[in-house]
Amino acid sequence: MRGSFSTITKMFSAGAVTAGLLMSVPARAADDTIKVGILHSLSGTMAISETTLKDAMLMLIEEQNAKGGLLGKKLEAVVVDPASNWPLFAEKARELISKDKVAAVFGCWTSVSRKSVLPVFSELDNILFYPVQYEGEESERNVFYTGAAPNQQAIPAVDYLMSEDGGSVKRWVLEGTDYVYPRTTNKILEAYLKAKGVAAEDIMVNYTPFGFSDWQTEVAAIKKFGSAGKKTAVVSTVNGDANVPFYKELGNQGIKAEDIPVMAFSVGEEELAGLDTAPLVGHLAAWNYFQSIDTPENAKFIADWHKFIKSDKRTTNDPMEAHYVGFNMWVKAVEKAGTIEPDKVIDAVIGVSVPNLTGGYSTMMPNHHITKPVLIGEIQADGQFETVSQTPGPVMGDEWSDYLADSKDLISDWRAPLSCGNFNVATGKCGGKGTN
Amino acid sequence: MILTRAIGLTLLLLLGMLSPSNAAEADLRAIIAKFATASNFSATEAVVRELAATGDTAVERPLGALAEGDLYVRKADSLVFIGKAAGGSVELLDPLSGEKSGDAAKSEITKIKVNNTLRRAIRDALGTLTLGAKDPAARIAAADTMFRTPDATNIEPLDAAVASETVASVKALLEQARAASVLVSDRSESDKLAAVALIGGRGDRNALSLLTAVEANSEGAVKDAATAAIANINSTLALWDAGQNIWYGISLGSVLLLAAIGLAITFGVMGVINMAHGEMVMLGAYTTFVVQEVIRTSFPGLFDWSLVIALPLAFSVAAFVGLLIERGVIRFLYGRPLETLLATWGVSLILQQAVRTIFGPTNQEVGNPSWMSGSFYIGQLAVTWNRLWILVFALGVFAVLLYVMKRTPWGLQMRAVTANRRMAASMGIRTPWVDALTFALGSGIAGIAGVALSQIDNVSPNLGRGYIIDSFMVVVFGGVGNLWGTLVGAFSLGIVNKFLEPYAGAVLGKIVVLVLIILFIQKRPRGLFALKGRSVEA
Repeated sequence: MRGSFSTITKMFSAGAVTAGLLMSVPARAADDTIKVGILHSLSGTMAISETTLKDAMLMLIEEQNAKGGLLGKKLEAVVVDPASNWPLFAEKARELISKDKVAAVFGCWTSVSRKSVLPVFSELDNILFYPVQYEGEESERNVFYTGAAPNQQAIPAVDYLMSEDGGSVKRWVLEGTDYVYPRTTNKILEAYLKAKGVAAEDIMVNYTPFGFSDWQTEVAAIKKFGSAGKKTAVVSTVNGDANVPFYKELGNQGIKAEDIPVMAFSVGEEELAGLDTAPLVGHLAAWNYFQSIDTPENAKFIADWHKFIKSDKRTTNDPMEAHYVGFNMWVKAVEKAGTIEPDKVIDAVIGVSVPNLTGGYSTMMPNHHITKPVLIGEIQADGQFETVSQTPGPVMGDEWSDYLADSKDLISDWRAPLSCGNFNVATGKCGGKGTN
Repeated sequence: MILTRAIGLTLLLLLGMLSPSNAAEADLRAIIAKFATASNFSATEAVVRELAATGDTAVERPLGALAEGDLYVRKADSLVFIGKAAGGSVELLDPLSGEKSGDAAKSEITKIKVNNTLRRAIRDALGTLTLGAKDPAARIAAADTMFRTPDATNIEPLDAAVASETVASVKALLEQARAASVLVSDRSESDKLAAVALIGGRGDRNALSLLTAVEANSEGAVKDAATAAIANINSTLALWDAGQNIWYGISLGSVLLLAAIGLAITFGVMGVINMAHGEMVMLGAYTTFVVQEVIRTSFPGLFDWSLVIALPLAFSVAAFVGLLIERGVIRFLYGRPLETLLATWGVSLILQQAVRTIFGPTNQEVGNPSWMSGSFYIGQLAVTWNRLWILVFALGVFAVLLYVMKRTPWGLQMRAVTANRRMAASMGIRTPWVDALTFALGSGIAGIAGVALSQIDNVSPNLGRGYIIDSFMVVVFGGVGNLWGTLVGAFSLGIVNKFLEPYAGAVLGKIVVLVLIILFIQKRPRGLFALKGRSVEA
């Protein structure tokens, strides 16, 4: 034993102070403000994606305050860091609602973090706006889903690949990270493809762990599967960090988009920022927003973002647009209800319609999902997407998939008198069972 | 300005029409002008086909530019140009001659959109056109494209190309491309049987893909011959698959070795449970990023050397941080593994958050130098250059480290302190400094591993997290305190993992490997190669 205990304690407290300084400290409460909770991981594995959303929310709140606030009061952001730790999400949500008394919370990224906070929101009766594309099979009274449901992303993407423009794909590789979103999405897609007459031997499903980095075997397997004389495509629900090594391996093994295109549901501008995209030109992604969309609203949003984040290299992405839409919907609903009381706001949000960044309007439907256009984009050499296909109008989010046996009879309608998130039309009772 | 340019262009066009030799060029220009009015992908594709049908090699330039997404329409006069981005504006080049014909702001021009189907159509069109190219590589590419997209109309140009081809290897490829086209034509059965035999001899995945399609679409003797050829190719490929698994395993092993080799020093030799090891790897990767940023902005010519330049810097940065950690935290905690574990875990969090604050939470782009991109084939085995270099690099680092440990006075002192600290101290070795420098060495090695790993993985604050468990697994499995054990451990784990993966899947494969290691440690608690040392006695 060569060190003294007090020295170590000193070191640790110094470390703790440094760590404390690094995190944003919520400001003191004041009565003339309306508080808005921001529940995004600022450390840990998910920080890479979620920190951007925290910044986007701060920007939106700042802009709203510049416009004069809400109901004559200033908005005040309360930022907490659930540190990519799922149980901590629930704790922090409780803290936001009970201690900070926020009017609404904007947050979560992974489905598991959303599932973890659900009981807190229904118990304490508050509102969560969830901005990320997800697997569906859920509709909660206290949650508004501003990201895409499977029918607003996965199904139109597969339709595009089947079309002549998309290359009339006949053989499918469903490649995903091993967790709830890819597994449910692939289950829906498999059922959908089979309903479209694709044979079971023409579908290959494969899963890899989170943060997987050695893709040699998987890419070789895709190559092998693709050499059966039929046009092949990969539908990728690979999440987050694992994408960069995946695309690098595709590029190095010479899989070109013209031969085997990869359609991704979790790869946006942000993910491509860490990559040399020249070998990836032509690979696809399906989203409801691209930074390259040419509308005046989007040009303003991007300019504001670059000004706020003080860097014109930072990209915008789909979940940011979802927060933009969700935040404006909440503002409009609060104005409509004349109060921030969650119960009244929950009823007021339904039917609210706000402009989105792609030149149209998004409306909150009674199932707490929104309408949005579906865009298919091809990766360009500058790391942006170019839209190659777009649905003619906005698509309504379908929470309970029509392609899964467990959920095809379920609907959700949170308006009175039905007020039910899982109404079974076959039995006429509220309380059906989803696949989750 | 636009007016003078327009007049100039008209004059040029008039001149072109006057001289009869340029009549074809005027035709081409007329077709190219149609790009401006093509409103969707299929209309653009029709123009591409029309251009290709002229058979004029001059269309290579505009078609190539279109495939790259460099073809633009000027809004003012609907003329088509090749655009090259130059700063804020775009330099406009004539689509046929490639000569500069002006500049335009991005808002004055519209890009002609391309998608995959269109790119494929262009590739096919260019394939036929480049058959007679002077460069053998272009002819090989043409033969390859035509092999993959067989068409009965290709037979005649291919016949001509085969007849005039002088390079034997290119000739063989052209003959295979011809055979592929014969199979989709209405030639006689004997021609087709010969074609199947020729393609079957090629033995690769493209041949397999083609023959599978033939098998499905033909009857009688041709079908039987295709079935037999497919069976033959499949049995050869099965052998290559096994070879491929071994190569993938070795390559995964080299990554594991790189990640673990620094830990083999800090944990293996010194017995420090260093949870911040992964963060040293991350610091090395970020050093590479900074070096590349400086090179990109100040010395673009040096980009291919960026990794070589980053190596000593990454070593110094990580070694320096390692030294600070040892002097600042770890030296107070020797002999108390639990506290060391917690303290280094805390250090790892601080380092991660510091990097996140400085560089931002998003991935940083670290480019591959040209000599680390792409792949080459040994038979049917695709070997990617970056993996091959990482293997060479990992073995190099291992050899250097082994030399330092076994052949230098410093290595001797290090081993002496490990074997018996008090005796070493009595002999006059300054054990605290040996500890500090050993820890710095281990950290520095982790730093240079980061340089290599930045080539295949994300450069983000979380980079180190993915490697820490694997690194400990390798060191424990190989035998704590033995460098050779780390080497053997890394490669055997890599190969076992890659053999399991195709059958069990990546998730289950990893679990199985973990269970196997647990069972192995039960049987041999000190790993593959046990060594006597401080860590074992503690």
